[in-house]
Amino acid sequence: MATAPHPLPLPAEWRDFLALTKPRVMTLVVFTGLCGMLAAPVRVDPVIGFTAILCIALGAGAAGALNQWYEADIDAAMKRTAKRPLPDGRMDRQSALHFGVGLSAFSVLLMGLAVNLAAAAILTVSILFYVLVYTVWLKRRTPQNIVIGGAAGAFPPLIGWAAATGNVALLPVLLFATVFLWTPPHFWALALFVRTDYANAGVPMLPVVAGERVTRRQIGLYTIPMAVVAVAPWPLGLTGPVYGIASLALNAVFGVLALRVATRTTGADDAMLPEKRLFRFSLFYLALLFAAVVVDRWLA
Amino acid sequence: MTPKNQDEYRARQKSRALVMAILLGVFAVLMFAITIAKIKAGMDG
Repeated sequence: MATAPHPLPLPAEWRDFLALTKPRVMTLVVFTGLCGMLAAPVRVDPVIGFTAILCIALGAGAAGALNQWYEADIDAAMKRTAKRPLPDGRMDRQSALHFGVGLSAFSVLLMGLAVNLAAAAILTVSILFYVLVYTVWLKRRTPQNIVIGGAAGAFPPLIGWAAATGNVALLPVLLFATVFLWTPPHFWALALFVRTDYANAGVPMLPVVAGERVTRRQIGLYTIPMAVVAVAPWPLGLTGPVYGIASLALNAVFGVLALRVATRTTGADDAMLPEKRLFRFSLFYLALLFAAVVVDRWLA
Repeated sequence: MTPKNQDEYRARQKSRALVMAILLGVFAVLMFAITIAKIKAGMDG
């Protein structure tokens, strides 16, 4: 019996695979990883250093791809993410899964074989943490999702340092803790002005579950330990005054912006300008703070 | 599949194959560079 020809789905374009790796998120990950490596008291061969950074980028991209594979339904419900390859129908889920798993394995193997086992082990933990702990376990269940899940994005400076030295020391641990404590105020500032999006997708972000007032208070509260940990390398003698002064100045500005957000009450049609300002500055803050660690090391 | 769809299908396959070929080329060069770096490190150490 003759059947109607079944149309073959078009294969995804290479640009869609690139989009799956969240290139914009990867930029910050690569930068903090590179700074972690350059802050280490060991000179790294440029080729090995480049390979380590490449592995960090590929590992982050792989984790991003697996995150999008698992969260295609959430992404489809949010305006900010609805045009991603999976919710937009430009790629099938199986391709995204295969790409994510393949890239994860490749990045870890290359790190282990070309750089060292310590860096490969931390890279593995960071990918598994982002995919299993944050994406699969926490994100849909608790408003603490980005508090604990923030650790996933904090691993790159540790990986960079481990790639250079083969071990972990107090300075990269403090850099890890800084990114870890920076994540809640950074994401909650964003969540305050895209709250409807998260609510529509059923993601229990803090403003959706506990309300705006609690979120604002938490932003203010998390800023305090973040600032303490960010400044700590200077009094502990791990960095010099260049980092010390830069971190004091950056944390002072962050503190003022966070305080403004923490103490504000808004009406129905508020433009959320202080929240947007805090979100934008938080990106600038992290980039400058990490750049200061490297400059301080070079001047020492 | 209509001829138009078939052309689109082939064009995508071709661009993906081209990107894959470039990436494999870059990987081969990287492997060579890593090997040289490791040999150099072994000689220095």
